Amino acid sequence: MVEPGYVVAVLATVFVITLALRAVPFAILEPLRDSRLVTTMAAWMPAGILAVLAAATFRSSATGGHLLHAALAAAVTVAVHLTGGRRTLLSVGAGTLTYVVLVNLT
Amino acid sequence: MSRPTTQEGTGRRAEIGAGVRASLAAGLGLYPLGVAFGLLVVQAGLPWWLAPALSVAVFAGSLELLLVGMISGGASIAAIALTTLVVNFRHVFYAFSFPLRVVRHPVARAYSVYALIDEAYAMTAVRPHGWTAWRLVSMQVSFQAYWVGGGLTGVAVASLLPGPVQGLEFALCALFLTLTLDAARSRREVPSLLLAGLAFTCAVVVAPDSVLLVGLVLLVGLLLGRYALTRGGARG
Repeated sequence: MVEPGYVVAVLATVFVITLALRAVPFAILEPLRDSRLVTTMAAWMPAGILAVLAAATFRSSATGGHLLHAALAAAVTVAVHLTGGRRTLLSVGAGTLTYVVLVNLT
Repeated sequence: MSRPTTQEGTGRRAEIGAGVRASLAAGLGLYPLGVAFGLLVVQAGLPWWLAPALSVAVFAGSLELLLVGMISGGASIAAIALTTLVVNFRHVFYAFSFPLRVVRHPVARAYSVYALIDEAYAMTAVRPHGWTAWRLVSMQVSFQAYWVGGGLTGVAVASLLPGPVQGLEFALCALFLTLTLDAARSRREVPSLLLAGLAFTCAVVVAPDSVLLVGLVLLVGLLLGRYALTRGGARG
């Protein structure tokens, strides 16, 4: 069984580190709000970061022999999103349903 | 959306409604992942309350899934600290464009920073304008409710189910795909997307076990290089 003291130490450690990683950059960037570098990076980063997040989650869904399933589900997601009026809930639902059906039935 | 009203209460309710609606698509992924997390906690032989306790101490899904194995294996605090630092380091980049400035109240502001998960960043990255404090914070509270609720559900059904429905985690991939499509509607985004592809490909080759962190660090490096080469874009 896990020791209560150990669990408390773990919770405190991960809380402090995670909060610092999320909070400190705001404190650093705040005075640099008007800097050209910061405003340019703020404009450039979102699309790139989203693409990396999409690629990383796709990669974890594609492991374990599910590359074809993930590719088909991704294609369905993109197709529904572009033809269905960019309704995120609809596109995500259709893509997820495709993946779940393929993974469980094939 | 809603026009400014004389009654502040109506505007506030509309903003909270908009925040909850904005949270739904990501909730499709967060809730089932939370269930999987709750199941994992019980299956690892840990006390059930560790699921909500972890989700309050660190609201960070992927890290929590990792921590379950580390805690049940009795990993050292130093190893857990290092893992936390590496896995969550990507959050330092979110401050560049997360609309925290709209949140004035100190408690709400602190919560908004604490609850800055990938999904919250992603929803604001694709629609940078129009956020209000109520909308942003209600979206983040919704996210945490899905995650904690999913964890509790997982804990509750752990003894009843043979296992979670396989494949629901694809919802997060689908969400990020649609958000990328929405963010990439103008041609100006093409260089960022190409650099993201390059960064991710390099990360898969160089560090297959931590592609997300290495991919984001490489992306930021490449964007800084682009800035240096173009002197901040066309305005030279």
